[in-house]
Amino acid sequence: MTQSPGDELEVNKPLFVPIKRRSFFMYAGATAGATALLLAGCDDDDNNESDIVDVGAGDKGVLNYAYALEQLEAAFYARVLTGQYYAGASTAEKQIFTDIALHEKIHADFFKSVLAGDAIKGLTPNFSTINFDDRTSVLNSAKAFEDLGVAAYNGAGRFITAPLYLVIAGKIVSVEARHAALIRDLITFNSFVGDDVVDFSLTSRQEKSKLPAEVLATANNFLAAGSKLSANSLVA
Amino acid sequence: MDLFKILSDIEKVDPEVYERFDTRRRAFKYISGMGKAVTAATLPGLLSTMFNKAYGQTSTLAPEIVATLNLALQLEYLERYYYQRGLDTPGLIPSADVPAITIIRDDEVGHIAAIRAVLGTQAFGPDPGATAFDYTAGGKVNPFANAANFYAVSQAFVDTGVRAYKGGAVNLMGNKDILTAALNIHSVEARHSSHIRLLRRGGVSATADVNNLVAKPKSWISGTDGGGSNPPLTTPVYGAGVNPPPAGTPTGVTFPAEDNTTQGAVNVQTGTTFPTIPGVTLTTAQQLAAATEAFDEPLDATTVKTIARNFRSTVGATLGLFN
Repeated sequence: MTQSPGDELEVNKPLFVPIKRRSFFMYAGATAGATALLLAGCDDDDNNESDIVDVGAGDKGVLNYAYALEQLEAAFYARVLTGQYYAGASTAEKQIFTDIALHEKIHADFFKSVLAGDAIKGLTPNFSTINFDDRTSVLNSAKAFEDLGVAAYNGAGRFITAPLYLVIAGKIVSVEARHAALIRDLITFNSFVGDDVVDFSLTSRQEKSKLPAEVLATANNFLAAGSKLSANSLVA
Repeated sequence: MDLFKILSDIEKVDPEVYERFDTRRRAFKYISGMGKAVTAATLPGLLSTMFNKAYGQTSTLAPEIVATLNLALQLEYLERYYYQRGLDTPGLIPSADVPAITIIRDDEVGHIAAIRAVLGTQAFGPDPGATAFDYTAGGKVNPFANAANFYAVSQAFVDTGVRAYKGGAVNLMGNKDILTAALNIHSVEARHSSHIRLLRRGGVSATADVNNLVAKPKSWISGTDGGGSNPPLTTPVYGAGVNPPPAGTPTGVTFPAEDNTTQGAVNVQTGTTFPTIPGVTLTTAQQLAAATEAFDEPLDATTVKTIARNFRSTVGATLGLFN
């Protein structure tokens, strides 16, 4: 797209308001950003519950955000291991769920250790909508958690300032993507990627990442009162 | 979805928003001019175009971003023509797997288009074409002889790609939108890796055998993956990169082998309280395996190029592929 010299000057003018120019690009840059913008436009902040766990600001906020999601996943898989579905599962599925349960606990304990005194509290899950005795319920829930985790890590990358933390998030997100793909293949063979999680345009084929507000709206459905999350202080 | 509220909100932080769209009148004219065809599905794309015009960056990309994306682009070409040739080889890919390989091929086509769009005139190019690659690695492997060979080499490609994106991410931190796009590609590559492993290992009907990695339905990299599908050719795909890291690598970022268990100074094996598994007493070996599986490792550009050059033809060498 060609811009006239006038446009060029306009673009290069500073913003005379207390917002970081870079923050604004987060909204202006890409389709995903535009979608986030729509959400921002739709939602007036109605979050006035007092028992919300806020993940905090900066890199610690991102780590706590990840810690919260890993806690949720670890709790889910720990519960899967005690259900009737797991007890009667094939050896392959048993091993898959055992492996994933170990991975997620490792992730959760890792974040707790790294955050030390800055870690949010241990969250109380609410899995009342999941039937741990039923294969379909367990697999579909696992798929939802894993896809959400991938979208969340991808969407949170832009909030990270320390390269080390970006690398660590990258080390974990690909493992979450491996989980997601295998669970999806267990449900429907060849659904390891699908247009519900990946933009299937032949000029994109990128994961549909999600910003924290959207992720937590889903995650909060699986958290008990007093453990609901917010990430209002995370800014890029 | 209230477009006018959005513009109103933007106006609060950027009073010049309408000028950026030329003028207030023309901004609204532009929006109303979109007419009946505007739906919830198409609006984000249209808005994106508008905002890109209003706020789009005009400066050239930083050299580390160009270098990182161009390496990713070349790896995408390597994969794209590989899957294409697989699909074009009669009888090679079992019919049940053709949809998956077609999806993966199309993913690479999309990634190439997306990366080229970001790089513009700075993209590696032109398209090197299929002749730029030698998928036999100078006769060391024969991936088009049968499906098992095809998936074995495929696994090496996709695992290299995942590690390369991971290693390049820190170079993209200066542009959050490009970083996000790369992350969104990276996870798709990891999904490919999972599926290729599903095809190679026992998969959904596997009989778990704790002593046999290949027979296990593991879509994750356990230890150093036994050197990969074709050792010693594929051993570097799972080994350590250049350490200490090359100049310019941010502090704290290293390139360990895939069997690494230390993450951010935390030993994730001994630092974990492992869950109780019904009917299983978790051994130290199993804990170690899980600790390596739970984290994938990045790889530096130098090592990635060394691996990739194995699959470069003389045509590719002439083009400067993976230089």
